[in-house]
Amino acid sequence: MGVKRGAGRLGAAMFAPALLYIVALVGVPLVLAFLYSVGDVKVGSVGYRFVGLDNFISVLQSPTFRGALLHSFLFTVGAQLIVIICANILALALVDRFRGRGLVRFFILLPWVAPISLGAIGWKWILDSIYSVINWALVQLHLVKQFEAPMWLGEPTLAMLSVIMVHAWRMLPFSTVILLAGLTAIPKDIPEAAAVDGAGFWRTHFQITIPMMTPIINVAVLFGVIFTFTDMTVVYILTRGGPYNTTQVLPSLAFFTGILGGDLAEGAAISVFLVPILVVIAWLMLRLAHRAEVV
Amino acid sequence: MAVVETKDLTKVFTPGERGAVNDVNLLTREGEFMVFLGPSGSGKTTLLRMIAGLEDPTAGEILIGGQVVTHLPPRDRGIAMVFQSYALYPHLSVYKNITFPLRAQGVPKEEHRGKVEWAAGLLGIGELLKRKPRELSGGERQRVALARAIVREPTVFLLDEPLSNLDAKLRASAREELTQFHERVGTTTIYVTHDQIEAMAMGDRIVVLHEGFVRQVGSPREVYDDPADTFVATFLGSPPMNLVDHGDVLVGFRPEHLLPRPLVEGPAVEIGVRVTGIEYLGSERIVYALIDRDRFAEQKVVAKLPATYEVGVADGEAVEFAVAERNLRFFDKTSEKRADSRALVWG
Repeated sequence: MGVKRGAGRLGAAMFAPALLYIVALVGVPLVLAFLYSVGDVKVGSVGYRFVGLDNFISVLQSPTFRGALLHSFLFTVGAQLIVIICANILALALVDRFRGRGLVRFFILLPWVAPISLGAIGWKWILDSIYSVINWALVQLHLVKQFEAPMWLGEPTLAMLSVIMVHAWRMLPFSTVILLAGLTAIPKDIPEAAAVDGAGFWRTHFQITIPMMTPIINVAVLFGVIFTFTDMTVVYILTRGGPYNTTQVLPSLAFFTGILGGDLAEGAAISVFLVPILVVIAWLMLRLAHRAEVV
Repeated sequence: MAVVETKDLTKVFTPGERGAVNDVNLLTREGEFMVFLGPSGSGKTTLLRMIAGLEDPTAGEILIGGQVVTHLPPRDRGIAMVFQSYALYPHLSVYKNITFPLRAQGVPKEEHRGKVEWAAGLLGIGELLKRKPRELSGGERQRVALARAIVREPTVFLLDEPLSNLDAKLRASAREELTQFHERVGTTTIYVTHDQIEAMAMGDRIVVLHEGFVRQVGSPREVYDDPADTFVATFLGSPPMNLVDHGDVLVGFRPEHLLPRPLVEGPAVEIGVRVTGIEYLGSERIVYALIDRDRFAEQKVVAKLPATYEVGVADGEAVEFAVAERNLRFFDKTSEKRADSRALVWG
């Protein structure tokens, strides 16, 4: 008994740092965000007055916010669509053995391993209005004239596309690895049986492989959606939400409003706005994953 | 229906090493049930996979129904295959599993139901069509796999150890069912197994493979009674054939032919042995012994005594055994191939 109690205490002691860490860095800010979103807190203000849903109502009336909400969905859906399609292709290409497969896998994983801020800064240069290598290449290939090259980050549509592409580039390795795991888990016999049964590549892929991978694709999409919906790094570094807020997403807007703009309460309201959306997405995905469970 | 032929078929996985399948020349007969038998690593599955088109041969040709199919994809070969794991599509119902080959080959949808009912009826799985594979027992899965294979009426059936995932009791009845099934559909069938009982019970002919080489092709009786070499002699039969060193030859005889002297009729070779162990197996006794005479002394032999022979044989006892001369087989000592029969001067 004594030993057991001692072990329990030791266990609690070992567990405490992790718990403390999570409570301090996730729990407290989350509670604060909820409290702020229904209060009147500004940077530098003292005291707290409960204002109910005033912040949410004010936020919803702002065109910037509604724009950001739309952009968030566009950004997430667009990036995830690209990621899932490309990850599928990549996983298929990487599942078979070939010379140099390890090296290729390593390169594909790089964007995920490298700090996103570094990657995004690299892309900022690649898409720069003056120094863009893409534009340089286009000019050299005589596809565009020197001073008519696209302003990747300067025109609303192109800017949104650029942000989506860069984020997809960053998320791709993660989804590829997950899908690769799903693909490897399919017994080799199954696609072989399909081949003997007369199915070609497309039929095998769409009627056998993808349905069998559905649960794991759902996991990849769920994580991808949450990572994308809550991320502001790419937008912040590439466009700062510009031009004219056309790439503003909810997390970046919350940051600009709450931290840089000093209106903590409204910033909190914007970020809390994400919570029910994410909860619904997570619930939907988990249901799908559960239903598709096959083995 | 069609015959399958292989010409000098070879598969080398790692260049420089011995091939998994080497120069295999086979020709099935129309509607035959041919069994590839061999220990693991003998190349039997690789050979089957090459015939199926799942493995590219390194050299040689494959013909199905007289047509060269060596480099055709599986779907253009008119074959059906049942995998060891059954490889049912886990996300599809039994009905959809069975119709998958029909859909893949563009059979009009109106014909599906009729064909599925025919196949399901043949295998007695009409009740299971709405279930998913995970809701089936091992035996049911095997039947679904068979139904999926026959539904498009292939010219050749390939079966890769389809019974090895069943428990022993079920395996015996499934063996019987498979044989009946083959008699009913009459399709040329190639069956891979490492189980000699399956091979003996089901095969019209058995192809014995070892290290990628065909050691013998023959009816169950031929490979058992007239093994072509010492490998076939010792691979088939349980316990395996006794091989006794005799000058430049090895003398082989089956344990069931090594009997107490009074039981052996006609010209026979007498072998005095000292019993070293007895296993009582109900229907028979397995007697382990050492030859107790002159220059053959200390060579191990095994005898199988039927339960009907009730005379006690005790451990450590010296017993007079004999083998009828017609049951002796001779093998060349260096090549290990079958040698001509000869009069044996024993002792």
